Amino acid sequence: MSKTLVRMLQAPSIILLFLWMIVPLSMTVYFSTIRYNLLYPERDGFIGLDNYRFFWTDPSFVPALINTLVLVGSVLAITVVLGLAVSILIDRPFRGRGIARVMLISPFFIMPTVSALVWKNMLMDPNNGLFAAFANALGMQPIEWLQDMPLFSIIIMVSWQWTPFAILIFMTSLQSQDQEQKEAATLDGAGFWSQFYNLTLPHLARPISIVILIQMIFHLAVFAEIFVTTSGGPGVQSTNLTYLIYIQSQQAFDVGVASAGGVFAIILANIVAIFLIRAVGKTLTV
Amino acid sequence: MTDKQRVKLYNSIAVSFAWVAALLFFFPIFWMVLTGFKTEAQAIAIPPLLFFEPTLENYTEIQSRTNYGQFALNSIITSFGGTFIALLIAIPSAYSMAFNTGRWTKDILMWMLSTKMLPAVGVLMPIYLLSQKMGMLDSKIVLVVIYAMMNLPIVMLILFNYFREIPKEILEASRMDGTSTFNEIKDIVMPLAWGGIASTALLSIILSWNEAFWSIVLTTTEASTLTAFVASFQAPEGLFWAKVSAVSTLACAPIVVFGWLAQKQLVQGLTFGAVK
Repeated sequence: MSKTLVRMLQAPSIILLFLWMIVPLSMTVYFSTIRYNLLYPERDGFIGLDNYRFFWTDPSFVPALINTLVLVGSVLAITVVLGLAVSILIDRPFRGRGIARVMLISPFFIMPTVSALVWKNMLMDPNNGLFAAFANALGMQPIEWLQDMPLFSIIIMVSWQWTPFAILIFMTSLQSQDQEQKEAATLDGAGFWSQFYNLTLPHLARPISIVILIQMIFHLAVFAEIFVTTSGGPGVQSTNLTYLIYIQSQQAFDVGVASAGGVFAIILANIVAIFLIRAVGKTLTV
Repeated sequence: MTDKQRVKLYNSIAVSFAWVAALLFFFPIFWMVLTGFKTEAQAIAIPPLLFFEPTLENYTEIQSRTNYGQFALNSIITSFGGTFIALLIAIPSAYSMAFNTGRWTKDILMWMLSTKMLPAVGVLMPIYLLSQKMGMLDSKIVLVVIYAMMNLPIVMLILFNYFREIPKEILEASRMDGTSTFNEIKDIVMPLAWGGIASTALLSIILSWNEAFWSIVLTTTEASTLTAFVASFQAPEGLFWAKVSAVSTLACAPIVVFGWLAQKQLVQGLTFGAVK
């Protein structure tokens, strides 16, 4: 193939993605430095970092940042530990394994708005929900999940969707583990935990780090679950950064402040992305 | 107990726990499907009903009283349209990168991947205002474009990995016969990588179908997809659990089946090729 042809074939994807990245990105950065509120179009002009200051000193900012970190951290811990446990349990031949597999990974394909509604209404509703029925049957007071522990409820919903992701990845990598090595270890009298620490965990080190990094990117941006269930409340108890920026833009119509928040979110995501790209780059052999 | 017996015992304990986990994880889906076949009264009955006479009234009512068909059609158009455009752009590019790998190929692919990590909320205002200026709020075209660009990096990367597995000799032989590049892609590369292309498409459709941020923010009625339609049931005053469940079941069923079909390729796609 001639060089020109190679360039012509590659150009569309590169140019389009470049535009898709650079146009909105530079607009966000630009908006974040000007006075721009859709409700007050007469106020404008360059104001430097005032939007950032406004965003950072907003009383909702610190709670939202903490909520974001708690959400990401808890979901990561739950999904990785559960994912490891379940994928090891299922990593052996038994009847109906295919069905168990399908049941385990299905939640990952449920759209987030549906999963949020199912948990909010049919499971967590304090009057008619299934959890309330269990609590009543045991003679306990039903928990008002979304009222009393909104962030924890969202952590449960997101974990339910993403543990299957961890299971799917770990299950696949476990299949490439050296079985003979494991059998030899068993014959030498190595117990389960010693095999887990010395063989399985090292084998899964890369998949685990990939699962953590990919989930971080997605969980920093959790939106639909909050939008559908708690709307960030009560107060700001379940507001994360994504939802806070959404509020700034869609309810306060403050483009400038929302953009400053957007820049902050981009920087946060990029810190994670650098590590992820490195990890992926190692496996891409060119 | 002999060692063999012990191993057997451990195995059956592990299998029982695996089934417990599978049943627990699947339960909310099972409960949703079940609730879709209840009447509204049965759906909120206390204690919850496991056995009841199933009814199809929710499904008939969805068809007659809501615009379910239109939302489903919007979901199909945006997710299939976005995927089609992504493939259209990616196939020639990935083909030329795979067979003419240069010094920059890896960096280009990694850069493409990095655009995928831009958080949507970071570019919310520009996208929203640009759509508004062009009079394209609540338009399927915007969603198609967003879904195409959103999935393009992943599609590129997976296709690149698939194309590289095609032996170069096959292409060289056809070039000797004077085949044009277009025909080479159409007659040789695409048939050989057909499985890869199909599963890549499946992954892209799944991701677009379940996308909830842009569809909620950018659409109101005309272009709303199923994710946005389901989100509109969040209002606490309307407790239509049975109907919501029926809608949700319809909205999720095709994608869950797609997911089962594409399990293996999904791992590659979701980890950007890092786990195979």
